[in-house]
Amino acid sequence: MSRSRPEPVQVIKQRRDAALHALVDHVPYIRFMGIEFDRRGDELTGVMPFDEKLIGNPLLPALHGGATSAFLEVTSIITLSWAMLWDEMESGELAVEAFEAGDLPRLPKTIDFTVDYLRSGLPRDAYARAVVTRSGRRYASVRAEAWQDNRARPFAQATGHFLMPRRDG
Amino acid sequence: MTDNNKIAAQFMGAIPHAKALGMEITHVGDGVAEMKMDYADHLVGDPETGVIHGGAVSALMDTCCGAAVMSHPDSPGATATIDLRIDYMRPAKPGQTIRARAECYHITRSVAFVRAQTLDDDADRPVAQATGTFTVARKS
Repeated sequence: MSRSRPEPVQVIKQRRDAALHALVDHVPYIRFMGIEFDRRGDELTGVMPFDEKLIGNPLLPALHGGATSAFLEVTSIITLSWAMLWDEMESGELAVEAFEAGDLPRLPKTIDFTVDYLRSGLPRDAYARAVVTRSGRRYASVRAEAWQDNRARPFAQATGHFLMPRRDG
Repeated sequence: MTDNNKIAAQFMGAIPHAKALGMEITHVGDGVAEMKMDYADHLVGDPETGVIHGGAVSALMDTCCGAAVMSHPDSPGATATIDLRIDYMRPAKPGQTIRARAECYHITRSVAFVRAQTLDDDADRPVAQATGTFTVARKS
């Protein structure tokens, strides 16, 4: 059985990172919140570096629930879009150049989003990961968790439902 | 304004995240709060259409719900969100100010129950709806 020679690692990394950046940097609100994404293979981790403008309770101080919720929602949407594009990107079907030029696929739309606030968000960097529990042609279900210093002590968790964009060529 | 309502208004005015998003209190009183948030480019979640991000809408409703709890006559003061569910019914019209109204419809010694709605200029078709529970501070 013949197997085509794998592409050089730099080429693969460059393509994946370019696609991810295009997806994230394109959204003004994500930039405003300062949210970034770390990538290890197909696994994404949302990072929200601490900023004074994310504070909701200046006395404690604590992160604003709305900032935490937005962070979880952004992480969910990007993770879901990333999963949706992964196969096309890996097969080379997806034109990453067009992507970088701003010709991006539509993002999933949030139908509903529920956040549990487990403990108050401290004034420091936050991290989040989302898991797509079900992704169909029209609807998707996503779970997400955010933590700060200890991965085992999340400060918020969320579940959401999303309407998938139409992907007919 | 009662003391509670004044405290709620002052407290909300001092929230950095609310200020950064351009939220303003338009009414607080007896378990009801109303806030507005002007359209701004940095709130956009869909660059193709200019529709603001759901996260910004949910931050507005979370703040508004908190203000409603704090202004309730049976609330001793500070509160924090336990959980909040948002239903996004339709995209807010780009360029329009959005307004949220929250009502704390039941409160016990430990939990406040709140619902909220967000509207743009078309007041007959809500943009989003929220239901949530909030903590109630211990009476000192």
